[in-house]
Amino acid sequence: MTTPPPPPQVSPQTTWMLAVRDTRDRAAFAALFDHFAPRLKGFIMRSGTGSGQAEEIVQEVMLTVWRKAAQFDPARAQVSSWVYQIARNRQIDVIRKENRPMPEELAEDLAGASGAEPDASQILAVEQEANQLKLALSRLKPDQREIIERAYLGELSHQEISTQTGLPLGTIKSRIRLGLDRLRHELKELR
Amino acid sequence: MTAITHHTPDALLAAYAAGSLPQAYALVVAAHISLCLDCRAGYEAHLSGGGAVLETVGPEAISEGLKTSVLDRLDAPVAPEPIYRRTGVYPGPVMAALKGKPPRWKSLGLGVRQSILSADQNGSARLLYIPPGQTVPDHSHNGLELTLVLQGSFSDTTGRFAIGDLEIGDQDLEHAPAADPGPPCICLAATDAPLRFSSLMPRLLQPLFRI
Repeated sequence: MTTPPPPPQVSPQTTWMLAVRDTRDRAAFAALFDHFAPRLKGFIMRSGTGSGQAEEIVQEVMLTVWRKAAQFDPARAQVSSWVYQIARNRQIDVIRKENRPMPEELAEDLAGASGAEPDASQILAVEQEANQLKLALSRLKPDQREIIERAYLGELSHQEISTQTGLPLGTIKSRIRLGLDRLRHELKELR
Repeated sequence: MTAITHHTPDALLAAYAAGSLPQAYALVVAAHISLCLDCRAGYEAHLSGGGAVLETVGPEAISEGLKTSVLDRLDAPVAPEPIYRRTGVYPGPVMAALKGKPPRWKSLGLGVRQSILSADQNGSARLLYIPPGQTVPDHSHNGLELTLVLQGSFSDTTGRFAIGDLEIGDQDLEHAPAADPGPPCICLAATDAPLRFSSLMPRLLQPLFRI
């Protein structure tokens, strides 16, 4: 399978991830490791996990990134979102000894077989939204930001999330609309 | 199929994306997302929120050798994980909870049947089978009850729930859902506590049936 070279605006993380997915590129994986491993460790330790166990989880997350690379779809998720999902699954697995039930994939094998590669504009739109979210997060007051971080670190119950104000919901809502358009588009391609 | 009109509330989607929902609720939300494009989009949006936090929480230096150890293991053989696909009316996550087998129904009387998928101190998840026209005994809950319709439909004081619809019942909701005419109603239901029935008999039977 050949991958058309991505346009230069696509982030290095996405470029590396596509190289891992499409050509099993080890150097690209090593670059992803250098970017994500320290962030993952910091993220996992924030919830009180010790350094040793955090590194075990980091290893498992990065190995899952390699093994499940075929499921990465840059038109639906930015690399960091996809890695976040894997990280939370591994943490639940290790700390709670549970497997989080996961939604059924949208016929991933069909998507692969149809050869319908997303165009670069879709990938860029996903990246732009992710950057906007990061920016929105950085502009929050420290206490608001703390709430968001705790929510996505899995430290708040759904009741706590529903009573907290100050979530940057506007950004999430526009992300939902765009995500829905993309999902509809993807389903149409499958039919 | 008619459009889904009762969705997963945003706070539940966010908690599911963050992995903080109890297992039984997570199963219902995963099943609903499998059926509902709107909620899938909401879930994926919250993953991007999580991704933003992952990118902005401060990094920690990793041990020397961790990278080599991961790179060395890239080609290690791993047993493939089973992939559970939708079978009949049961979406993938329900098939996973059933371990790929058909439900094992137990009669609750009056034609109502249930199949328990999981039950522990944090809550329970089960499938309910309700013949058309049949009412599930009037009950209220200690906590939150999530009910997802997989086949047929039911109605109660709050409205009508058809395939893919998710009903959120809190402790103030005392209801007696009745299956509508048509095919039997099959639901996936989760609670974080045993159900309390309002009439005496079902309450006495509760320990026997774990409902």
